[in-house]
Amino acid sequence: MHNDNTRLTQEIIRASGVNPSKCMKCGKCSATCPAYDEMEYHPHQFVYMVESGDLEPLMNSKSLYKCLSCFACIDRCPRGVEPAKLVEAVRFAVIRQQGADHMTPDDVPAKLNEDIPQQAIVSAFRKYRK
Amino acid sequence: MQRIGVFVCWCGSNIAGTVDVHTVAEALKSEPGVVFSTDYQYMCSQAGQDIIKNAIKEHNLTGIVVCSCSPRMHEATFRKTAAAAGINPYMVEIANIREQCSWVHKDMQTGTEKAIILGKAAVAKVNLNTPLTPGESPVTKRALVIGGGIAGIQTALDIADAGFPVDIVETKPTIGGKMAQLDKTFPTLDCAACILTPKMVDVAQNENIRIFSYSEVQEIKGFVGNFDVTIKKRARFVKEEICTGCGACVEKCPMKKIPNEFNLGMDNRHAIYIPFAQAVPKVATIDPNACNMLKKGKCGICSKVCSAGAIDYTQKDEFISEKYGAIVVATGFNPISMEKFDEYAYSQSKDVITSLEFERLTNAAGPTAGKLLRPSDLKHPHTIVFVQCVGSRCAACAEKGKEYCSKICCMYTAKHAMLVRDKYPDTEVYVFYIDVRTPGKNFDEFYRRAVEEYGVKYVKGMVGKVTPEGDKLKVQASDLIANKQLHIDADLVVLAAAIEPDKSARPLATMLTASMDTNDFFTEAHPKLRPVESPTAGVFLSGACQGPKDIPETVSQASAAASKVIGLLVKDKLTGNPCVASPNELMCNGCSTCERVCPYGAITYEDKEFMMPDRSKAIRRVAQVNPAVCQGCGACTVACMSGAMDLRGFMGSQIIAEVDAICK
Ligand SMILES: Cc1cc2nc3c(=O)[nH]c(=O)nc-3n(C[C@H](O)[C@H](O)[C@H](O)COP(=O)(O)OP(=O)(O)OC[C@H]3O[C@@H](n4cnc5c(N)ncnc54)[C@H](O)[C@@H]3O)c2cc1C
Ligand code: SF4
Ligand code: SF4
Ligand code: SF4
Ligand code: SF4
Repeated sequence: MHNDNTRLTQEIIRASGVNPSKCMKCGKCSATCPAYDEMEYHPHQFVYMVESGDLEPLMNSKSLYKCLSCFACIDRCPRGVEPAKLVEAVRFAVIRQQGADHMTPDDVPAKLNEDIPQQAIVSAFRKYRK
Repeated sequence: MQRIGVFVCWCGSNIAGTVDVHTVAEALKSEPGVVFSTDYQYMCSQAGQDIIKNAIKEHNLTGIVVCSCSPRMHEATFRKTAAAAGINPYMVEIANIREQCSWVHKDMQTGTEKAIILGKAAVAKVNLNTPLTPGESPVTKRALVIGGGIAGIQTALDIADAGFPVDIVETKPTIGGKMAQLDKTFPTLDCAACILTPKMVDVAQNENIRIFSYSEVQEIKGFVGNFDVTIKKRARFVKEEICTGCGACVEKCPMKKIPNEFNLGMDNRHAIYIPFAQAVPKVATIDPNACNMLKKGKCGICSKVCSAGAIDYTQKDEFISEKYGAIVVATGFNPISMEKFDEYAYSQSKDVITSLEFERLTNAAGPTAGKLLRPSDLKHPHTIVFVQCVGSRCAACAEKGKEYCSKICCMYTAKHAMLVRDKYPDTEVYVFYIDVRTPGKNFDEFYRRAVEEYGVKYVKGMVGKVTPEGDKLKVQASDLIANKQLHIDADLVVLAAAIEPDKSARPLATMLTASMDTNDFFTEAHPKLRPVESPTAGVFLSGACQGPKDIPETVSQASAAASKVIGLLVKDKLTGNPCVASPNELMCNGCSTCERVCPYGAITYEDKEFMMPDRSKAIRRVAQVNPAVCQGCGACTVACMSGAMDLRGFMGSQIIAEVDAICK
């Protein structure tokens, strides 16, 4: 089941500070999650998919954006796995995918507009993964 | 100067295959003190031992070096050989040229070189050895058992059966422990009371057993064979010898709204009470926090109705001092508090209960007379959700849960679920589990019966949230196999709460200088080979105080502990280990450092008169080691800043001589 996603998996683990191998597959996170029915993959599945490097389906799933960041799973997990932090890290990995840059420095002058908050441009212009 | 004989063993080819034993014997011949050196195929055999004995006589040897296997294997053998030939057994040293040499090296040259070096070190040590004689201490032939649950009961009965007197100290007004609160017991479903109460009666009737109930251990002094213990017998305001347990007082007592601990607060008792019908001793106890007479000096009804005249409102705590040869700890366990698990709404709803509360709810002598009625409205519950592992296997929540598996809950939950389905087939029963752990004789079969024959719905997953709503409990849970979140309207939720050692265990361990693990379970002397002994000599472990256990395991350990106690009490005298610490009183400055590091409490201080260099006399505080308690660990010798503490048989000078010989 292990894919070639080792590097990305490592990065997600590092960025989230979560060690998915601490998970004992009890399912209390999924039992707790208020957004469960909206999700295609559920909190305990996130954890397992990252643990086994099965990232692609997860990264392509809408589930990532259904998490409410309520942190109920973090609070209740008996093993201190913190699934929500993993969801967050995978979300970032998607946003920052290679080549997914939304802007180059050259685009900036054209976009400058009094009505657009500067933050929006800064945020669109963040650094993506090389 | 010593006259040392060196005996190099081949151990067949075990040693001789990688060590040139002749060369080793030759090389050691020229070491200081060595007057004889030889090698032989099997030194430990009768013929090998005869070689040693003959050499001792022929060459007037005063010290022996055997180059052989580990001292753990044959040190005792060769010490006996030496003693049989008339020299002190502590004049024997072993150079381990097998485990530390032939078994770890591949080529003959390195093996041989190292064997010679190890031999030289042993010779250097023997040159400084002095004959040692182990001390002896008498054994008090009486045992103390702390805790009167099934563990303490079994241990006491077995010791008493062997003819030794035993005292049981139990904090509660009756013995019996948790087992007395259970309904039926897995895996055979016999009723707990039917198998426990005859044993309790045996205890009461056994001439060798005294029960100190409603009592606690106040102080423990002394050491193996010679413990001095003070027991505090709390005033129960009833004369135990006179009370017949008729219960007339209980019936008439007007204070009847006191939460009943025995039924875990699910019903009430009176201020004067007998915990349950089969209590041992069957005598009444007055709760001083509830009794009007004791609080306000008004009432006195029980004393009027007691025809035996057993009530005594002036009774005081009593202190009993007794000597014991051995102490058994059997303080058991308790379920952890559920207050902090907000997600399960334990504090919010009366219908969320623990498994122990469930036992009382199904027990014929319980608050509902054995009918399964839910506590809030006494209605029959139609949907029951059992949750396993509540607070167990919980690494992230040290402040509320426990990291370990509580071991007994998978089985008792299967039992509860099965019994409900058996008695009330109209009830839907769910069990949420992470794993079902049933390794025991007939255990897995038992669990499978619950599923296959009784139709209990086992769901792989956890309950995440319980919300009381109207007269229902909304249970939100995961079903990992169906990959679904479940929403169940339950009438009763039963939490399999983790178990933990009794809170009194930690202070008791301090009194006993017995060690505990981070979870406050008592530590055994060896996890595999000495599982019922504490590392502290004379202290033994019985039951769940050592780790989570069911009744079969508890009873096995209880009997094992009893046999160890009997093995100790049959001895008239204990022979100590002479390799104990001893202070050089002239160098000791009484700083107390050694006392603080000694894990066994072997060190005390004494004020002694010394002649000073100017011939004046001075009183100085100096360390004293009790050789019967000291285990020879050596912690004090390295802690002592004045270098006053030395370990006999392993003196600083001997160790240095060995190191010098190795580094030469
Ligand atoms: C809900 C539930 C259901 C169970 N069902 C089963 C079952 O069906 N089958 C089975 O095999 N096992 C079952 N068990 C396990 C069983 O209860 C234990 O194995 C057993 O009670 C352990 O006995 P013990 O004597 O070691 O401890 P305990 O029963 O806890 O007894 C310890 C005794 O020591 C006393 N004590 C504590 N500290 C001190 C002190 N400092 N000084 C003096 N006295 C002290 C306590 O008051 C108590 O009386 C169940 C447990 C629970 C919680
Ligand atoms: S943080 Fe996200 S995954 Fe965790 S319980 Fe809340 S919604 Fe579910
Ligand atoms: S609650 Fe924690 S241990 Fe249980 S499945 Fe979720 S992440 Fe794993
Ligand atoms: S025995 Fe079963 S229910 Fe109890 S903690 Fe262990 S796995 Fe959980
Ligand atoms: S050697 Fe160990 S047991 Fe003996 S007195 Fe010193 S510290 Fe205590």
